[in-house]
Amino acid sequence: MNWEAVIGLEIHVHLKTRTKMFCRCAVGALDDPNTRTCPVCLAFPGTLPVPNKQAIEMTLRLGLALGCEIADRAIFHRKNYFYPDNPKGYQISQYDEPLCLNGRLRLPGPDGGAEIGITRAHLEEDAAKTLHVGGAEGRIHGATASLVDFNRAGTPLVEIVTEPDIRTAEQARRFLQLLRQTVVELGISDAEMEKGSLRFDVNVSVRPGGSDELRTRTELKNMNSFAFAARGIEREIERQIAIYEAGGEVDQETLHFDPGREDAPPLRSKEEAQDYRYFPEPDLVPIEPLREWSLEELRAELPESPAARLERVLAAGLDLRNAEALNLEPARVTLFEALRAAEIEVKTAAAFVLNDVAPHGVDLARVDGAELAKVLRERDQIPREAFDAAVAASASGGFSADEYLRERTVADASELDPVIDRILSENEQQVEAYRGGKEGLLGFFVGQVMREMQGKANPKVVNERLREKLGA
Amino acid sequence: MARLIETLRLTAEDAAGMLERGDVSAAELHRAYRAAIDARDPELHAFLTTVDEVEGEGVPIAFKDLISTLGVETTAASKILAGYKPVFDATVATRCKQAGLPLLGKTNLDEFAMGSSTENSGFGPTRNPWDPKRVPGGSSGGSTTAVAAGLAPWALGSDTGGSIKQPAALCGVVGLRPTYGTVSRYGIVAFASSLDQIGPITKTVRDCALLYRIISGRDPCDSTTVDLPEPVELPEAEDLRGLKIGVPKELNETEGIEPGVSERVNGALALAKELGAEVEECSLPRSVDFGLPCYYLIAPSEASSNLARYDGVRFGFRAGDGDIRQLYARTRDEGFGDEPKRRIMLGTYALSAGYYEAFYGQAQKVRTLIKQEHDALFERFDLLASPTSPTVAFRLGERTQNPLAMYLSDVLTIPSNMAGLPGLSIPCGLSEGLPVGLQLVGRQFSENALFRAGHALEKALGFDFVPERLR
Repeated sequence: MNWEAVIGLEIHVHLKTRTKMFCRCAVGALDDPNTRTCPVCLAFPGTLPVPNKQAIEMTLRLGLALGCEIADRAIFHRKNYFYPDNPKGYQISQYDEPLCLNGRLRLPGPDGGAEIGITRAHLEEDAAKTLHVGGAEGRIHGATASLVDFNRAGTPLVEIVTEPDIRTAEQARRFLQLLRQTVVELGISDAEMEKGSLRFDVNVSVRPGGSDELRTRTELKNMNSFAFAARGIEREIERQIAIYEAGGEVDQETLHFDPGREDAPPLRSKEEAQDYRYFPEPDLVPIEPLREWSLEELRAELPESPAARLERVLAAGLDLRNAEALNLEPARVTLFEALRAAEIEVKTAAAFVLNDVAPHGVDLARVDGAELAKVLRERDQIPREAFDAAVAASASGGFSADEYLRERTVADASELDPVIDRILSENEQQVEAYRGGKEGLLGFFVGQVMREMQGKANPKVVNERLREKLGA
Repeated sequence: MARLIETLRLTAEDAAGMLERGDVSAAELHRAYRAAIDARDPELHAFLTTVDEVEGEGVPIAFKDLISTLGVETTAASKILAGYKPVFDATVATRCKQAGLPLLGKTNLDEFAMGSSTENSGFGPTRNPWDPKRVPGGSSGGSTTAVAAGLAPWALGSDTGGSIKQPAALCGVVGLRPTYGTVSRYGIVAFASSLDQIGPITKTVRDCALLYRIISGRDPCDSTTVDLPEPVELPEAEDLRGLKIGVPKELNETEGIEPGVSERVNGALALAKELGAEVEECSLPRSVDFGLPCYYLIAPSEASSNLARYDGVRFGFRAGDGDIRQLYARTRDEGFGDEPKRRIMLGTYALSAGYYEAFYGQAQKVRTLIKQEHDALFERFDLLASPTSPTVAFRLGERTQNPLAMYLSDVLTIPSNMAGLPGLSIPCGLSEGLPVGLQLVGRQFSENALFRAGHALEKALGFDFVPERLR
């Protein structure tokens, strides 16, 4: 049978606010334990939450970037459960009246792309961090004590929930990549998985291709990279298909991956039906975004979306891998497009940006693409040092290609041949070895010639001449 | 030089006058009340903690022991908070400090303000200064007893379902439950967040206005607070001309109102007419019938969540050190008394999946109806009048075995509380030798109207607030 996967994602992103969601403690989850705390985030008796306006604004901007409807009135709810990382005994979150609803993220791709529905994006507070000591690998099982670090407690967190619109593991990876980039470029989060500022869970089920049923899903947790997630999803899809094909049923369960060991089989746990006893948070008043913000202004201030940019780069004819690599920074795409406008060929332009310019630490945003294109077009005609120097200088004010293009390389065989002949005669042993089959020595000869010519020889011609003479 | 200051009759306003004239120092005044506490509190048990240091040059004050006080034990009368000393002041405590009011001590209450007799205290009951065999009402029974017995010139209490108004009535003092949102709850050990309000307990209506002026107003630490639309006025007028008083028959004729209570309240209303008020019967058909049951869904629901933080992990009492579930279970089992446990169970149930809509959700809808019903009456009337409590002070132990009978103590105070409205209780006479309270309810932010009416009636009634046995 032909099977189709149905995948939905839940992504948590720490907001880059200065202070916590409901108190004035500085955000600093990784600072010395319990130094970023106050009576409010420790839930001392009588303390009350005061919402962080910056966090609300960031959530609104995200909602707008994801094409969501912004609620006229949103409220916070209490989600009640006991755990030491939850000092109040409830988490302040949003339930049936979130800030952002019904959005979508366009996922451009070589297959024509897809549109992934965003069910909602809501604001909540993060929990504290528990550390289990005395047991194996920090797990609670076998631990002799648990320590709680409340620094993270109350950090503003946006939860983004997608519709189950994702069909492949690769699509999930691309979605996560693009969403991450979207929040980073909005300036609302670092979204770094290593620092815990981006976390996600995946829901996976499969169904016969073309059907619209929703079968039992499993939840995948703790994967610490997008590639890891893609492989985990892939395996889970295969596992579920195998179960159905053997006439079995998939159990609803949670698969806890070991972030340190991707190959380890995930721990399985039955989903407990938790009753969180949600009710409207009586210590807070409703948020009415339209009263305090102009959505038009917020929308006008949004940067271009990475999705739109990726779409354009793909449309220029670039393959997905290089397009995604370019899209990692808006300035890379800007430079790429400037080079294209100067009629540099697509792949050459992309390779140049990715391999020559980006790794040099050049401030891409300040590069004069049109001037740099001139240098690129003459790459073979100028010495390597001149080319590198041009790239390095390309972000400085008043950069002009001319001074680098002036240093033409020597391409005239009549000038090069005497040098080449001398090098060959001085290195008879290597010549013999080359002719005996060690063709890797060609680079050695090229290097010798270039050194002799102080870098000013045209490498293409040197190569041709050397091959000819050595082949003789 | 030690001088005898008689605290029993001294109002806060008079005390302030003495301080201003230099007749007495703040320290002497504080000492006089401490001496009164030493003399009378062993019998009454109004205080859980007393304070020796005199911080401030003003009239001293007592706080219900659910108001956080920096460095001074704050227990909410629960063993689960025994020994807990806050590292911050509640906003009302800060405002009192800023006004120069030295703290006398922290007063007894029903554990977490859950009760109507102060018998649910984890540290023993408070007794009524008019008759120590009787309860002072609750849950602010410690504060009302302290004021009635001259152990404090004024005090702060908290009112969720009637916890200021009802004990004020039973102790023969003045109590204001302010409009919801006018007094900060920051630092108040929470019982039911959407209902809790801090308010003054005093000997006179003018004292009440003075203290309300100090504690009210928006607090950036409490998002539910607002600024007062108009400044607090000290009442002067001694007539009620132009005032329209509605007398909701359900609040005045409900089953269980003692005849002596009705008599005194009717007497006060007759006096109001003489002072120039228009008094007319009206009706709150749904508020009284549904107020109490809805209150007992909403308040316990919020309480079940508010009390979740008492888990033994970060502060207060802790029992057990095995696994976390055992720690939670033992800490909460040994730390909480019966009434908090009963309400946590009620509230947890009312919020559970499958029951939420029928209980909590429905109660919130009814709450909206109660508000609308009151709003409609306030198109015709300035104030609504009724007894504060259906009965005078009852005997210790009389209702402890029957939670429902205890809950009915607040049947007359709950409806306007559910609507977020301000209510003032003033003493209006004695029945069987015990004080009867008149409840005046106004529209939102109408405290000035309440003070004005309360002050004029107080003058006309001439009630002697000193308990007969202490005169």
